[in-house]
Amino acid sequence: MINWKVILGIAKTHLLSKMKSTVTATLGVTFGIGAYITLVSFMTGLNAMLDDLVLNQTPHIHLYNEIRPSENQPIDLFDEFKGTFNVVNSIKPKQSQKKIHNALPILDYLKNHTNVKGATPQLRAQIFYLSGNIELGGNLVGVDIMEEVRLSNIQDNIVEGSPEALKNNDNGILLGAGLAKKMSLKVGDRVQVSTVEGNIFPLKIVGIYQSGIAEIDNVQSFTNLKTVQRILGEAENYVTDINIKLFKIDGAEAMARRLEKQFETKAVDINEANAQFETGSNIRNMITYAVSITLLIVAGFGIYNILNMLIYEKMKDIAILKATGFSGKDVQLVFMSQAMIIGFVGGILGLLIGFILSNVIDQTPFETEALPTITTFPVNYNVAYYIIGITFALVSTFVAGYLPSNRAKKIDPVKIIRGT
Amino acid sequence: MSLVLEAKNINKHFHQPKDFHVLKNISFGVKEGEFASIMGKSGSGKSTLLYILSTMDTDYDGELYLNNELVTGKSHQQLSRIRNESIGFVFQFHYLLSEFSVVENVMLPAKKLGKKSIAEIEHDAHQKLAMLHIEHLAHQKASRISGGEKQRVAIARALINDPAILMGDEPTGNLDSHNSENVFTIFKRLKEEQGLSLLVVTHDEDFAKRTDRIIEMEDGAIVKH
Ligand SMILES: Nc1ncnc2c1ncn2[C@@H]1O[C@H](COP(=O)(O)OP(=O)(O)OP(=O)(O)O)[C@@H](O)[C@H]1O
Ligand SMILES: [Mg+2]
Repeated sequence: MINWKVILGIAKTHLLSKMKSTVTATLGVTFGIGAYITLVSFMTGLNAMLDDLVLNQTPHIHLYNEIRPSENQPIDLFDEFKGTFNVVNSIKPKQSQKKIHNALPILDYLKNHTNVKGATPQLRAQIFYLSGNIELGGNLVGVDIMEEVRLSNIQDNIVEGSPEALKNNDNGILLGAGLAKKMSLKVGDRVQVSTVEGNIFPLKIVGIYQSGIAEIDNVQSFTNLKTVQRILGEAENYVTDINIKLFKIDGAEAMARRLEKQFETKAVDINEANAQFETGSNIRNMITYAVSITLLIVAGFGIYNILNMLIYEKMKDIAILKATGFSGKDVQLVFMSQAMIIGFVGGILGLLIGFILSNVIDQTPFETEALPTITTFPVNYNVAYYIIGITFALVSTFVAGYLPSNRAKKIDPVKIIRGT
Repeated sequence: MSLVLEAKNINKHFHQPKDFHVLKNISFGVKEGEFASIMGKSGSGKSTLLYILSTMDTDYDGELYLNNELVTGKSHQQLSRIRNESIGFVFQFHYLLSEFSVVENVMLPAKKLGKKSIAEIEHDAHQKLAMLHIEHLAHQKASRISGGEKQRVAIARALINDPAILMGDEPTGNLDSHNSENVFTIFKRLKEEQGLSLLVVTHDEDFAKRTDRIIEMEDGAIVKH
């Protein structure tokens, strides 16, 4: 039978009478946990922002036709050369392969698929931007703008104008921010685009697009799918890319492989496209945890030291408790509860400090050209981190308290009372 | 009259620094309501015996009975319980928990026992302190009272669970003659009024002579009882 009231009473008295050590040990835990919460909230916030930046611009699955020579050359079809070793020199791919065959039926198929949130057709065209005597190479992407707004974060990147304005204007263009700057153009101005063949079309700037990634903003603009088809002189089923958003991203890779087989196109899933990116996130997470664990281990040693000292000072008390009928286990619990109280109070304070610091970071202005939608540092408030934090505090103080308290449990009262 | 405490053929050796037969075939008993004292030269093994009798030391051969129940061989957990419930112990150096108040020190063993409510325990503690004429010190810190007062607090603590036997290892060894007399009177009164059994180690011949029985030890053996 354990009499918790008595044990906690003794533990409390010990802690209060050694206020300085108690505060030191508690602050150690507070510091460790606070730093963990702040670091992890900030780091994961940063990760999420960077993920957003790249991943939201990447479809879950991207279908397109890679320009490559066909694997079956005509000679393979010829019966007389079957089984012989044929060498064909200077194979060149066909230009027409850029187009996705049967794009419209594929779109229909995808839109009826249960795990597909949406599929949007795109037409990418190489063009030149002309303004006065400036001529800039780049590409023009024809999109179904309202579907893009529904499925991606393109709206966040339209820094001037609106997607509706593009939808309502057959000759509208959302000009890349870098291009607008280079050519000194603003919303309402006109810009001319020229195809590779030399046909020139005037377009009206209805908005400015800024992704935050300069390489994109310097070359890419958006317009309606139909507009590009008209510029290129192609039919309504002429589509070069299909972007797919899924409900469950886990299925992306399997689905990409299946689509590749089924439609004989290239399909790249999001993980494939952002493999290096994942590595960066993982390393940042690793640093966060390494720093936090180091801090907690230091705090743990502090607790270990202080409890050891306390037990040394309290030898006589331990002997008296044992002589008057407290068992070794009771004594151990007295010291364990001190460790756990320090861990709990320090941990809760740490969570609080961590929350306050994350809040401060969250309020700190952070404006950068590259990230138009961000105004303050990103912070990720995730309850899971707070649960991990307090668990961590309790576990580390448990470990730090266990060894000294076990020593207290084993102290022989006779030895102490004899004075040896 | 039945025996509260009985030792049968108790032998003990110290192994450090070399083998030393410190207690030799100790056999004796303390009757209910008896006030016995142990005397003997320094180093004759009185304290060593008392630690065994109080169940704190379990490293011995022989048998120890408390209220006719064999205590030898019980687990540490069970022995703690026995000490808590049935044995009161007063040390030569008044060991009190210095951070607790006087009354808290007295209450602690009863709180551990957990048989009474806190209010009852507090009432009992005040009663014991009053009996020892130190009730006015109840809420003082234990570190802020005199040696004689501390010794009386220690006695009150030993009595809080109404033990079967009270043991003392030179409880008056550190006190002046006035305080010694005081403690003796308290012990005598406890025996007479409450029928408490006492076993007290002492070097004070006057003290011993006034007890019911003197047990004499020499070189780890009982020579007279
Ligand atoms: N831990 C130990 N290891 C070895 N020998 C010990 C130990 N403790 C005590 N002794 C020896 O055992 C003998 C008995 O010691 P004990 O303390 O029981 O004597 P005592 O009769 O209480 O003496 P005193 O009257 O001075 O208190 C002594 O000779 C002492 O040196
Ligand atoms: Mg002694």
